[in-house]
Amino acid sequence: MEPFTTLRAIAAPIDITNLDTNQLCPTRFNKIPLTDPDYQRILFNNQRYRNDGTLTDFILNQPPYRDARVLVGDDNFGCGSSRESAVYALVAFGIRAVVAPGFGDIFFSNCTKNGLLPVVVENDVCARWRAALHEAPGLELYVDLEALCVTGPDGETHTFSVHPTIRERMLAGLDDVGITREFDDQIAAFEQTHQASMPWAFRSSG
Amino acid sequence: MARARRLVPECGPIRGPSPPPSGTLVSRPRTLFDKIWDRHAITETAAGDTLLYVDRCYIHEGVRHAFDRMQMNGESVRCPSQVFAFSDHYAPTHQRHLGAAASNDPAIRGMLELADANANRYGIRHYGLDDPNQGILHVVPPELGITQPGLLIVGADSHTSTHGALGALAFGLGASETRHVMTTQTLWQRRPRNLRITVNGQLPFGCTGKDLVLAIIARIGAGGGVGYAIEYAGEGVRSLSMEGRMTVCNMSIEAGARAGMMAPDDTTFDYVRGKPHAPRGDDWDAAVAFWRELPSDPDARFDHEVFIAAAEVAPMVTWGTSPEHACSIDDRVPDPAAADSARQRADHEVALEYMDLKPGQRLTDVPIDRVFIGSCTNGRIEDLRAAARVAERGRARITAWVVPGSMEVKRQAEAEGLHRVFEAAGFEWRAPGCSLCTAINGDEIAPGERCASTSNRNFQGRQGKGGRTHLVSPSMAAAAAIAGRLADVRELGGNG
Repeated sequence: MEPFTTLRAIAAPIDITNLDTNQLCPTRFNKIPLTDPDYQRILFNNQRYRNDGTLTDFILNQPPYRDARVLVGDDNFGCGSSRESAVYALVAFGIRAVVAPGFGDIFFSNCTKNGLLPVVVENDVCARWRAALHEAPGLELYVDLEALCVTGPDGETHTFSVHPTIRERMLAGLDDVGITREFDDQIAAFEQTHQASMPWAFRSSG
Repeated sequence: MARARRLVPECGPIRGPSPPPSGTLVSRPRTLFDKIWDRHAITETAAGDTLLYVDRCYIHEGVRHAFDRMQMNGESVRCPSQVFAFSDHYAPTHQRHLGAAASNDPAIRGMLELADANANRYGIRHYGLDDPNQGILHVVPPELGITQPGLLIVGADSHTSTHGALGALAFGLGASETRHVMTTQTLWQRRPRNLRITVNGQLPFGCTGKDLVLAIIARIGAGGGVGYAIEYAGEGVRSLSMEGRMTVCNMSIEAGARAGMMAPDDTTFDYVRGKPHAPRGDDWDAAVAFWRELPSDPDARFDHEVFIAAAEVAPMVTWGTSPEHACSIDDRVPDPAAADSARQRADHEVALEYMDLKPGQRLTDVPIDRVFIGSCTNGRIEDLRAAARVAERGRARITAWVVPGSMEVKRQAEAEGLHRVFEAAGFEWRAPGCSLCTAINGDEIAPGERCASTSNRNFQGRQGKGGRTHLVSPSMAAAAAIAGRLADVRELGGNG
């Protein structure tokens, strides 16, 4: 995946509490392969497009927000379905970081596997930043994964925490499978003992 | 109305106190979760990442993104016999004798064909459209005995938490983590915290596992379980059937928790015994002896506890666009002006506008256009029996679908004559699949249509763009079909 170090970019506010991944990627698009050249259209499709295919005035359709590479969201961002297509759609649109007070667990994990940094910043800061971004469209956010800090449109800098392993893997753009391969022998040994300790669960039957 | 409440400060997805080194003998009292986690921990890094061994991985057609990546990298499935594939999300629910051709959408047929091709290519057992045990990935494995207590199970679907009802540790993954499991049979995770939800007493007349779990979500909020594995405990849980328990665990993710689980007991063992993949003979005795050790130790510590009085649960219905927007059927649509905060007020206003409901409106006055009975939440035999008991008291005034969760559920229901009850009452009896829960197989409701649904998500557009969903139990859904509006099943005399 693409490494993430620092990002300075236009930010867009998304004022939706409990934003579910069905909104980020409506289910009918789950079958679209990632190779689709216009994958970005999937993002918020129900909100961004009318039935005739024309654009609505949804915030990500308005300049300068449509050039946003950071979103500032509300609590429980990305709850619901485990569909990773919600993350693919964000990335295809150009989003590389989402700042929110909290994230759905599976969505958070999916983000970190695709070079999209989820940044947890407390509720009232996010609310202030969303308001500032509405007031003065085009303001930027600065996210630094190396230094673990984020500077908002008001110039205020806040630190954030990310699990050290996630940070290390995202900074280097490492793929988990490659790392796990180094444990192959340990996995094989564990597997043998484990399966022998509960043999009933591994006999083929039925 | 319960406010979505954050139980822990945010600092990442799965987090918690530093666990003891895994693989060592631990003398402290442990939870059901701890026991399964510890048993599957291959190694743990200094940073607190645990490499877990995965016993079972359940996938569906949507896993194409994981397979696409594996093909690109030339990777293979490490343990094909521990991966189980199901055609459910895209399964047509009518004219099934035609197979994939029952769908007139080439993209849907393509997904079904791709699922077949990938299963063949990687040597994975696939419960495809023509399989006598086809069905939803959270309905079939328990009914075949593939899901067993004490196992670590992952699935490429957020409702994998369902399997925790049998005393397994089960949670959902995205495509990247699913690829990791298929290629290595392991997964890196950070230990979540433990939340126990104790349900004291038994559920009253007319209430089911669905009403209980909606009441829990209304109480703790759609984000209330983020970062936790939930253990459901207490008399109100123990007194549920396996089907009712699966309904509760199924919706753990709607409270934000990746995993929900329940202590295995005689109800569990009676359910598993004799299933095609269940242990037999000496294996059975050894398995049960092991399973009996799994329940949380009496003095095990939980990071957080919630208590629910079962007697206070009533038949539930959602009025908004998040599962936390739930209240009892005899309530009125809440007034955003009475919300706890400005954010909640804004959230409720948007939800009511989308749902086209007015504050103070009686829920039993809300007219319904469609009814859907089915899904991994409520598509099991007990659910269909409960709905049939209500259906036989009247006649559907609106389009009402019954979609069994699996071929086995369908066969059993037909053997009991339930399909005739439904058909005589004007309900449509269809073929197994996810159908109107996720609305990707071609089954969907029209813009503006309002559906009383036994599924798990009332998100905007979940059942079709512009569609409106009210989540209810199977008997409440049947009551809505007969009344043509949301109705209180207790007034029809039907029990859950």
